[in-house]
Amino acid sequence: MAENTASDAKKYLVFRLDKEEFGIEISKITTIIEKDMNIARVPKQPKFLKGVINLRGEIIPVISLRLRLGYSDDVYNEETRIIIVKLDDVSVGLIVDSVAEVIELNEDTTESVSNITVEHSMEYLTGVGKANGRIVTLLNLEKIVSLDVSAV
Amino acid sequence: MMDMSQYLDIFIEETKEHLQNLNQSLLQLEKNPDDRSVLNEIFRVAHTLKGMSGTMGFNKMATLTHDMENVLQALRNDEIKVSTGLVDVLFKCLDALEEYNTQITETGNEGTNDNKELIDALADLLKSKATGDAPAKNSEGQQAAQAAPSGNGNEIPETLPLDQYETNIINKAAELGNDALQITVKLNKGCVLKSARAFIVFKTLERHSEIIKSEPKVQDIEDEKFDFEFTVVVLTKSDESLIKKDLNSIAEVDDVIIKKIKDRNTVVSKAAAVTESKKEEASVKVENKTAAVQAPAEEKHEAVARKTKTGKTVRVDIDRLDVLLNLVSELIIQKTRLEGLEGIERTQQYTEVIEYLERITTNLHDAVMKVRMVPVETVFNRFPRMIRDISRELGKEVELEMSGEETELDRTVIDEIGDPLIHLLRNSCDHGIEPIEERRRLGKPECGKIELKAYQDGNNVVIEVGDDGQGINLEKVKNKAVERGLVTKDMADNLTKKDILDFLFRSGFSTAEKITDISGRGVGLDVVKTKIEALGGTVEVETEVGKGSRFFVRLPLTLAIIQALLVMVGDEKYAIQISSVHKITNITPDDIKMVQKQEVIMYRDTVVPIVRLDKVLEVPKTDDRHDKTLTLVIVKKGERLTGFIVDKILGQQEIVQKSLGKFLSGIKIITSATILGDGNVALILDVNALAY
Repeated sequence: MAENTASDAKKYLVFRLDKEEFGIEISKITTIIEKDMNIARVPKQPKFLKGVINLRGEIIPVISLRLRLGYSDDVYNEETRIIIVKLDDVSVGLIVDSVAEVIELNEDTTESVSNITVEHSMEYLTGVGKANGRIVTLLNLEKIVSLDVSAV
Repeated sequence: MMDMSQYLDIFIEETKEHLQNLNQSLLQLEKNPDDRSVLNEIFRVAHTLKGMSGTMGFNKMATLTHDMENVLQALRNDEIKVSTGLVDVLFKCLDALEEYNTQITETGNEGTNDNKELIDALADLLKSKATGDAPAKNSEGQQAAQAAPSGNGNEIPETLPLDQYETNIINKAAELGNDALQITVKLNKGCVLKSARAFIVFKTLERHSEIIKSEPKVQDIEDEKFDFEFTVVVLTKSDESLIKKDLNSIAEVDDVIIKKIKDRNTVVSKAAAVTESKKEEASVKVENKTAAVQAPAEEKHEAVARKTKTGKTVRVDIDRLDVLLNLVSELIIQKTRLEGLEGIERTQQYTEVIEYLERITTNLHDAVMKVRMVPVETVFNRFPRMIRDISRELGKEVELEMSGEETELDRTVIDEIGDPLIHLLRNSCDHGIEPIEERRRLGKPECGKIELKAYQDGNNVVIEVGDDGQGINLEKVKNKAVERGLVTKDMADNLTKKDILDFLFRSGFSTAEKITDISGRGVGLDVVKTKIEALGGTVEVETEVGKGSRFFVRLPLTLAIIQALLVMVGDEKYAIQISSVHKITNITPDDIKMVQKQEVIMYRDTVVPIVRLDKVLEVPKTDDRHDKTLTLVIVKKGERLTGFIVDKILGQQEIVQKSLGKFLSGIKIITSATILGDGNVALILDVNALAY
């Protein structure tokens, strides 16, 4: 049993929005950058789509996770990071308040989202991870990155 | 066997070129059946194709071209006449060859289709000369007159003149016990593959002897430039009768006359023949060296032709050019960045270096773009043939007039415009040009005219497809639009001509039912529009009932690097393609008038609608200033002008277009983005989507 859980373990990057902690599977992350450049706003887009940035010559759209998950708008500071994820060959940046650390979670330490009640829209979550007494909400990246939005 | 794969690409490309060439020449021949030079050109190219395919081991292709060549040869000899039927068969042959080539491109071999019907059809064409229409008889009569010996049955042909060199060889050979024989071979008059027969004769002779001279020359025999007989001089140890027997056993050999060249006196050369025979000697040499007469000789020709070709051009994979272009783009970004660097003392030296760098990058960019430029001719040249086929299919008479074929476009654009243009041309043929009776009734020339014009217009290339047909009936289009529920009846009555014509480009507008009554236009025009717009271009149509229609396809010259006007709207920077900027001017708020709830200004006596970019782009409000003057960028979309109100002009700059990527591909008013010198991103506005 012990070996099994070890092989099932996945690494997650933990980041914060306000006081809450979230996790993204590390295999989907390309890089993490500081928010030191301007984001060019793209007109006629949902609010959470902050615009595009230049990442080493490539134009990459940037999403505010705060707005996407129903928080108040971002306040940029020294801690602000943009996590660049790649899904199906499409790179997207996610703005977060700060990045904490990398943790390992397996099936035993993960709970499916149906078992818990969360205040914000369930569809963006896949589950909750528990590690060393902290609770990390795991995000459904595919859903977050998709543009066909009902909630803005 | 030699590895041919490395030549395969060259073969495929050159075959394409040759086929294109043949298509064009054949069209010309159809128009001017008596044009010898065109016929010779066709023959030459067909011959080259035969040699090429033979060398590459594509035997079915070689066989087909060989049979085509025979028909062409008969044409050259005036044995048969150019007719529509004949040209049709030859065109079909070209199609078949093209199929082979496609097959080869895809699979590396020519496939299994041997095009039996075509080969039979070619044979039938040749047979028609035997049935003896007038010109054929004439030419045979001429032949008889020219070739006196053949006319006189068994009479021994006169001795060939021999030069000193040949005499020496013969004398030497005689010392070694070789006989010198002069052999005249007469082929059957119905012989189709004269050169092939001659080849077999030569092969047979080579088993017994050494050929030292031939009349006509070997090259001419290969090219079938002889009537039905030829004479050779050979050295042999074999028996005369044995040779005769062997030669007579070859099919289609009517007669063999062998004459021994006995003593030295017989072979003493005639002074007059000396100079000429030097050349002959050379040709005999070639002949001796190459065991197989025909194919290798052609191979050599090809080798020479290919050498000169490859010497002049290099074929480069387009991907490599893309890499090069990307690097140049990066260089330009960095150059622009260098220019804008702050905190540097602008010494004269610094300025000079920057200016020099500027010149070099500009030239480099031009050079790279030029490498990627291809004349539209490469797309256009297949159209005359296509129009010919379509018009015959439809039973109409249509003439295609092309101009500006030398206009160049980026390779990536060229590759994509073929299909949309074919679509437009087909449309013009099918639905624009009226049937012959109709045209006659209307007092129009029976032969309809389609015009295909390409020309450069600023940073764009415009391709026009116009016809002098019936034009588009706007009323019917309008009714159709109402019927399809695209507009209400009331709205329809207020539509401008342009609005109505725009319906034609709506997806599925005409596919609902057969709509021959709306002049049928619109069949897949949405596809044309989508394709052209994907290339960053536009399509427009002008039409006049009874006079014809004209489609304007406007395409960007290059796709990657453009000159742009940078403007500020609020605190945001946007780029507008300079080619669509008409003028920049200052206006006061009082200049703006309202017409039907639309802000407009008067500019040179025309009413120009105004777009407030900050509103359309939803730019966050900065402090509400009420400026006395407003900056207006007047842009043109086709012929129409629109004014964009911006906050500030930043200047003109060379920018590199970068795609916004899949994630944002649905955006209408932004075409792409660019990275500015400071590393920030500016969006490039889609003038066509924003302007009225």
